[in-house]
Amino acid sequence: MKLDSKIPAGPITDKWTKFKSTVRLVSPANKRKLDIIVVGTGLAGASAAASLAELGYKVKAFCFQDSPRRAHSIAAQGGINAAKNYQNDGDSTYRLFYDTVKGGDYRAREANVYRLAEVSASIIDQCVAQGVPFARDYGGLLDNRSFGGTQVSRTFYARGQTGQQLLLGAYSALNRQIEKGQVEMLSRHEMVEVVMIDGKARGIIARNLITGELERHSAHAVVIASGGYGNVFYLSTNAMGSNVTAAWKAHKQGAYFGNPCFTQIHPTCLPQSGEYQSKLTLMSESLRNDGRVWVPKHKADAEAIQQGKKVASDLPEEARDYFLERKYPAFGNLVPRDVASRASKDVCDEGRGVAPTGLAVFLDFRDSINRLGQDVISARYGNLFEMYEKITGDNPYKTPMKIYPAVHYTMGGLWVDYNLMTTVPGLYAIGEANFSEHGANRLGASALMQGLADGYFVLPYTIGDYLADEIATGKIDTNQEAFVAAEKAVADRYKQFMSIGGKQSPESFHRRLGKIMWEYCGMARSEEGLTKAIGLIQDLRKEFWSDLRLSGSIDEFNPELDKAMRVADFIELGELMVRDALNRNESCGGHFRLESQTEEGEAKRDDENYAYVSAWEYKGENAEPVLHKENLEFEVVKLTQRSYK
Amino acid sequence: MSKESLNLTLKVWRQKGSKDKGKFETYKLKEVSTHASFLEMMDVLNEQLITDNKEPVAFDHDCREGICGMCSMYINGRAHGPQRGTTTCQLHMRHFEDGETITIEPWRAKPFPVLKDLVVDRSAFDEIQRAGGYVSINTGNAPDGNAVPIAKKDADEAFNAAACIGCGACVAACKNASAMLFVSAKVSQFALLPQGQPERKERVGKMVAKMDELGFGNCTNTGACEAECPKGISISNIARMNREYLGAMLGPGN
Repeated sequence: MKLDSKIPAGPITDKWTKFKSTVRLVSPANKRKLDIIVVGTGLAGASAAASLAELGYKVKAFCFQDSPRRAHSIAAQGGINAAKNYQNDGDSTYRLFYDTVKGGDYRAREANVYRLAEVSASIIDQCVAQGVPFARDYGGLLDNRSFGGTQVSRTFYARGQTGQQLLLGAYSALNRQIEKGQVEMLSRHEMVEVVMIDGKARGIIARNLITGELERHSAHAVVIASGGYGNVFYLSTNAMGSNVTAAWKAHKQGAYFGNPCFTQIHPTCLPQSGEYQSKLTLMSESLRNDGRVWVPKHKADAEAIQQGKKVASDLPEEARDYFLERKYPAFGNLVPRDVASRASKDVCDEGRGVAPTGLAVFLDFRDSINRLGQDVISARYGNLFEMYEKITGDNPYKTPMKIYPAVHYTMGGLWVDYNLMTTVPGLYAIGEANFSEHGANRLGASALMQGLADGYFVLPYTIGDYLADEIATGKIDTNQEAFVAAEKAVADRYKQFMSIGGKQSPESFHRRLGKIMWEYCGMARSEEGLTKAIGLIQDLRKEFWSDLRLSGSIDEFNPELDKAMRVADFIELGELMVRDALNRNESCGGHFRLESQTEEGEAKRDDENYAYVSAWEYKGENAEPVLHKENLEFEVVKLTQRSYK
Repeated sequence: MSKESLNLTLKVWRQKGSKDKGKFETYKLKEVSTHASFLEMMDVLNEQLITDNKEPVAFDHDCREGICGMCSMYINGRAHGPQRGTTTCQLHMRHFEDGETITIEPWRAKPFPVLKDLVVDRSAFDEIQRAGGYVSINTGNAPDGNAVPIAKKDADEAFNAAACIGCGACVAACKNASAMLFVSAKVSQFALLPQGQPERKERVGKMVAKMDELGFGNCTNTGACEAECPKGISISNIARMNREYLGAMLGPGN
């Protein structure tokens, strides 16, 4: 199958406007007859479910948590970008577009990114109208802050809880539609299969996580909004339940997986403290506005700190290396995430890291507190400082934070065309679940923007183009053979899990998978390591299927069984990520191949050979996946080596 | 330097399903790191139970960074445990003593039935929000975000109320199982903002009616909700909601 990205013709500034005025519509009378399933209720899923319901479609929304309000978008701290130019500092749609394409290291589709920048301003308007309490200045107008990878202040925020406030806004819009009967909400339900009929997505099989029952749900279109797959690394900033299962089932039913190896490692997370660790906590990137990143200049000082013989304040100014400011004077501490993460790894690899493990750098607020006063710093970051103290027992007003990079976001995801439809007709992917607009690296405060852009302003237009052909279909019967067969296949898989009767828990396999992924497919990747990783993952997979231990039964609330399904899918995805990383013998954004670097050790892109999106096709349980390429054409932005110096 | 690891005795509530009778089971756990979070301690317990071929303890949790509101344990008689302003997932073992016995129970309130072990059903909270916790505006209708200035003081106060994570600790801590703190936080957020004005009276009426219908108790001003709220939601929101409610019921134009 040839990939068709369906980018509208014409100049980039007109594409979306023209698309909107010419795309096919579905009349209100027909919308009532069309069912849409939305899987996931984060920013993308909740905003899509609410907006589609407002238009008159009948929507069923699913989430695995006990309430749609728990989706992990809620944990986003820093903010949301929008090209409002409220600060009069020269921002524009074009600049947001340009920054995003450049920040993504020229591996995103121009037309999609331009559309994202275009609708960004409407998102802010929409959220304000819903009563989202954004930060304001004393004149009563909206406040902005700056973020990594940009030179303007375009980030809107609600203290350090922007994701929470935006999600509660979308949740309230969703609630309004549930109350009206336009949305049926199914919480504690996990999607475990896509049902295909005549080559189209026609519904899903979901597991009721309380009773263990499998349910059939039909629809004229299925929207996957299940988030990213960072938990393939076991330790990440994702929530414990975040998983790839919905997206992976879609992939196995024919949806190509785009750029699976593009992973974002976030520079400012709390370092790991022990084996029992279940997740890593992010400290918002906004902290880099006022915090300075440093390590000791000399290895001896670093070792003394690692052993607890010295503390940060023992080191005079001349013994400190503010390495981001030194290496990247133009952007300093505000370089993009991938650049900051690698620089931190480099200084730790040199032996200059600061925690007992040697895997941490300082994020120091001393100078900002002296310049602005503790009150100002507290107003900006108070809740983050408190959170840091709760977890570590250290007070960051008095002593610098210790931070280290951790897996945070996945730029890869299901391949979608301009309409956000996957390679399976009627199956859509939005938000972090798609491979999206961030290329090989996402800029800070752009995930919330993309999730809400997809859900509020893009999908509600583009989905009509497909559904216009479905108005005569009528209600889809879930007693059809395809539904029966899909349900049986899922039931058999659960039985298989239960019958293994081995010795190891799902969690222990997950932990081991994470170690393989972090070691060989983390911040630095090489042909040798990746090749080795494929074998290790295949061995782990065999062991999983022969030595898994589960307790309880299928027909009950059984979180371990749910976890087994997720881990099984993560293991398969892990192998695909490694294959993708192996194929892409260039460094770009979050993907750093040791074989492809400049003399200064910076990432070296290879536009001649790799200016494409990898879209992988699933070929069966033990067959190798097939790579398809969507060549990226840049009509507006000139490709240059990214420099933040 | 205090001790780096603890030996603990855990008394954990075990209940097979909502219709079954539950009881406490006692478990011993050795060498728990003081740097571990409370839920990581529970993970260690579950790994041990799985190894011993016993059923692990079911508990709700997700983000593990204090914001999703999913974790919900009653620890040593207190919602989210002994540390003020802290969810269970952010509670760390350094706040416990070596040799301590820790009692762990689910939220106990009639509108929050136990589903299994420490997991309760909090869908009643969603139902209250559905009754009126929104501004009726469709996507695409919004005026410019800066069209209406909002005094920083009001915006900040609205934010403070909106910071509620919907965990249900207020209900669990209240002897009447009252949901007034939860409901008043949402009512306050919208009452303080210009966006909330058109539906102000209708909203408070509907949300309070739903709260009563679902079986939550009355407020008798004991203040337990505010003391146990991990996000520091102020009890003054309840006073505001009472004024809003009276105004809505007595005032003109309802």
